Amino acid sequence: MNKEKSEVKTYRTHVLVCAGTACVSNNSLNIKAAFEREIKKQGLENEIQVVETGCNGFCERGPITVIQPDDVFYQQLEEKDIPFLVEEHFLKGRPVEKLMYIPEEKKEPITKMKDIEFFKHQRLVVLKNRGRMDPEQIDEYIGFDGYKALAKALISMTPQNIISEIKASGLRGRGGAGFPTGLKWELCRKSRGDIKFIICNADEGDPGAYMDRSILEADPHAVLEGMIIGAKAIGAHKGFIYVRDEYPLAVQRIRKAIQQASDYGLLGKNIFNSGFDFEVEVIRGGGAFVCGEETALMTSIEGKIGRPRSRPPFPAVKGLWGKPTNINNVETWANVPMIIQRGSKWYSTLGTEKSKGTKVFSLVGKINNSGLVEVPMGITLREIIYKIGGGIPDGKKFKAVQSGGPSGGCIPEEHLDLPVDYEELAKVGAIMGSGGLIVMDEDTCMVDVSLYFVSFLTEESCGKCTPCRVGLQRMKEILIAITEGKGQLEDIEKLQDLVHTIKNGALCGLGQTAPNPVLTTLKYFKAEYEAHIKDKKCPAGVCKALITYSIDSEKCTGCGVCLKACPVEAISGEKKKPHKIEETLCTKCGSCKELCKFEAIVIE
Amino acid sequence: MSIYQIIEKYGKKESGLISILQDIQKDKGYLPEEALSIVASEVKVPLSHLYSLATFYNVFSLVPRGRHTINVCLGTACHVRGGARLLDKLKRDLQIEPGETTQDKRFSLEAVRCVGCCGLAPVIVIDGNFHGKLNQKKLDKVLKNYE
Repeated sequence: MNKEKSEVKTYRTHVLVCAGTACVSNNSLNIKAAFEREIKKQGLENEIQVVETGCNGFCERGPITVIQPDDVFYQQLEEKDIPFLVEEHFLKGRPVEKLMYIPEEKKEPITKMKDIEFFKHQRLVVLKNRGRMDPEQIDEYIGFDGYKALAKALISMTPQNIISEIKASGLRGRGGAGFPTGLKWELCRKSRGDIKFIICNADEGDPGAYMDRSILEADPHAVLEGMIIGAKAIGAHKGFIYVRDEYPLAVQRIRKAIQQASDYGLLGKNIFNSGFDFEVEVIRGGGAFVCGEETALMTSIEGKIGRPRSRPPFPAVKGLWGKPTNINNVETWANVPMIIQRGSKWYSTLGTEKSKGTKVFSLVGKINNSGLVEVPMGITLREIIYKIGGGIPDGKKFKAVQSGGPSGGCIPEEHLDLPVDYEELAKVGAIMGSGGLIVMDEDTCMVDVSLYFVSFLTEESCGKCTPCRVGLQRMKEILIAITEGKGQLEDIEKLQDLVHTIKNGALCGLGQTAPNPVLTTLKYFKAEYEAHIKDKKCPAGVCKALITYSIDSEKCTGCGVCLKACPVEAISGEKKKPHKIEETLCTKCGSCKELCKFEAIVIE
Repeated sequence: MSIYQIIEKYGKKESGLISILQDIQKDKGYLPEEALSIVASEVKVPLSHLYSLATFYNVFSLVPRGRHTINVCLGTACHVRGGARLLDKLKRDLQIEPGETTQDKRFSLEAVRCVGCCGLAPVIVIDGNFHGKLNQKKLDKVLKNYE
């Protein structure tokens, strides 16, 4: 243990610099260094502490820094801003307005984080420590009541007490299917066998979802604490965290957390003198989407290729190396300490009748406020997208929100007032999934989205069952034909047939849910399929074979930017006179449209 | 670290194989055949088993890589915000397909599934560094930093 760190030192102000992956990619570590440099230069280093925190959530606005206890939210910082900021804010006591957040279509900056719409409507349970502590310091976690729940569970609760408490809380699996967590634990506890395992599934494969990565990065000890409590309830002495190798920061943070917890005697032999032993090992995934499926994940831990096997027997009976195994995802484990500490009664006041607690979503795509949000179950999609997310950028029209990744579905405008819970989402053909909410606007082609997911799954299908391996390939071919204008009307029927064959014939969750994106887009956006097939048009202007690029001569100022950007010299024209695109040369790469400031590039 | 040390680190058992291959890949940039032969004989598994692992999991490569690896994210958020256009541009400019390496060994190109940085879509990752909110013009500038 680092002695210096354990000394209690009080500071009047904390500068909380976000060091989530998105902010780090936006140079936040240099921002942190600049803060430290400037604060020292001004002789304030004994009064102001700079802290590197986990993901703040408002990724769109990174790099982010929050000053506490003032609650001032600074965003999109650059290194050169810091000397001025330190001088103004800390020496002169004048928060710097120009570095604050200004909502779309408004002029006034918002000073305090709690007043920003993005944060105002959230309810933090799992993410309670995000952005307020250094995730690499176990003492800070303990300072925020960390490991209290563990002490309670190990010293004053029996395994059955713990299970009853989790059952009473109504917690359900946050990985997607929503199986009641307490019941899952009980099944595993009751399974015969001396050796049992628990696993944390951090193989977050759903494209567009990054809450598990963020939780591991921002609050790794909460996941560990949840796992140790679960292990005690189930009677397991060994746990595994299976985490994507693509998440290096998460791997580093959880490894560090395990080391610190071991040094403090919170992992290992005789934890809290309770006689209970438990250890955890980190396994890095190999980048196969199917390994998010529990049986495939377990075969991967065994060192084999990750192919699912049939259930039953369920992992609770026969899992890792044939032993009873309990597997939950990151967010589920991270919920556990709060339930034990504050009680199931408190927890079950949050949410709806059948879906208790909160859910973390990654709100991304065509939305103003991209980021990670935690909301109580039962909130409507409209509130999430418009209140928290701030609506669709550039005045475009909302088209759909995709929930649940490749196993989920696209939800249209008419269902936006749906309360978010497991059952309600299933009713409209989507699923809760791990929590990706990808917003799509009028410029998103739903046939292209459908093809996108089918292509994804075709590549990620492990190939074991024919309906999934071949069925998805056939679906992909049909969808490609439609996007290229070679589709026939009977293709829609063929797609519907394939949907049922794959759903009914596949062995694992990947295959059984694979047709969902096709199913929901066919259900809600059939007209778009028909436009591709009958009119040979892509209404959203995405499918290359069905669109042409041209220049609106009235809007074009002849600035020449597009002419220079065109990689195939398809654009010609004299300076200050309207330019032209030669259709036969144009590859529809979109370079011109990206750069034109006058919206003169027209796609039809 | 030598290949023997890597094997030692995870123990000569089947459950350590993926970790062993990951460390070799990190060290060498790919999985050389000689290295796989050593692993096969040390851990006592058939070479074909290692081949199946190396081809099943996306992180592994059986061919040498360029000095820099460009991972273009094709997660859903990146897809709807123009990730595929970035990939098209890279294919066009570098004259290679995903999985290939330029002749001068400067770049290897990969199309990858969500890198979990969706708030900044579209994103590419070069040698582990994330570059977000890109368009085709910004991409040119980013590439200049990798010689």
